[in-house]
Amino acid sequence: MYLEIVTPDKKIYQGEVTAVQVPGIAGSFEILNNHAPIVSAIEKGNVRVKTATGEVKNFIIEAGVVEVVNNKIALLAEAVIG
Amino acid sequence: MSGLKEVRNRIKSVGSTQQITKAMKMVAAAKLRRAQDGIMQLRPYSQKLSEIINNLNSSDTDSEVIKQYSVNRDAKKVWVVVITSDRGLCGGFNSNVIKAVTATINEKYSTQKSGGTLQLITIGKKGTEFMQKREVKVDAKYATLFTTLNFENVKVAAEYIMESFRKGDVDVVDVVYNEFKNVATQIVKVEQFLPLTSILTSSKLLTKKTVNDYLFEPSKNEILDELIPKSLKVKFYSYLLESNASEQGARMTAMEKATENAGEMLKALKLTYNRTRQAAITKEILEIVGGAEALNK
Repeated sequence: MYLEIVTPDKKIYQGEVTAVQVPGIAGSFEILNNHAPIVSAIEKGNVRVKTATGEVKNFIIEAGVVEVVNNKIALLAEAVIG
Repeated sequence: MSGLKEVRNRIKSVGSTQQITKAMKMVAAAKLRRAQDGIMQLRPYSQKLSEIINNLNSSDTDSEVIKQYSVNRDAKKVWVVVITSDRGLCGGFNSNVIKAVTATINEKYSTQKSGGTLQLITIGKKGTEFMQKREVKVDAKYATLFTTLNFENVKVAAEYIMESFRKGDVDVVDVVYNEFKNVATQIVKVEQFLPLTSILTSSKLLTKKTVNDYLFEPSKNEILDELIPKSLKVKFYSYLLESNASEQGARMTAMEKATENAGEMLKALKLTYNRTRQAAITKEILEIVGGAEALNK
């Protein structure tokens, strides 16, 4: 599936991934392939991304929102700290 | 001969002015590209955001936050956000905004002005300096936002305005800024920032089908509560980005004109220079010939 992490200033990440873990407001959860369409508010925390090559990346983000439709994940964050 | 020297000096000074304006034009062009990049970077974010808001805002939503930001109170306390630039030499860029602000105040808010409940929030040094000399209240807290223009800094200003609106410290917030149309054209716009008017219908770009079977976490309303302030902040940020790009565009055009004018002036000056020089030579020859003739007699 395809992941995009964008902030108002720039696009932080885009590419094929196999798993994304996000800190939802109602609790952290993981998005895998063929996840049902969801919109969730996320709080400040760590986003763990497993890329298609098996590499694991971590992004610490300021509050935002994530949307998943048809294996496309859009993660909007106000800022990415690291 | 003194005339000749003066002309030569003028040619030199016009020439160096031309070099400066040419350099400034080039710098503005480079900065313009960066400013446009900024707008392009924001676009995916804001598009996605309004897309999600549109999907959410089907019918049965009942968000407290939307209500908070869209209450229409009597416009007793009014703020006008004036967005200008930090530097001059950009043609009518700043004076157009200032003119629009003055016109808006006179037309719409003259009672608030005489009542002392009108306040300007100026962003950009030029507008701040100008407005502080007028008889209006000016809040210059955020005047220097353009020194480092990024979302983080702008967010603080936007949050301050939104918070004041929610608390009832202000009833209407207008924004006056230059919209970037293309390099040569800027359009001065007066827009109402708060109360919210059109956040839900503003996304005309959305022709795609809306997916309705979303899962929502925690709930539709809570997500909307999160997103509305975000989209307001993004809107505010986009005003600044537009203005920034417009400024560079305006400067580029102004400097190009200046370079052109300097070129024309140089041409005229060189002509006078050569004419004076030739006249001087002719005069000298005539003197010599005249002298020789007198001797022959």
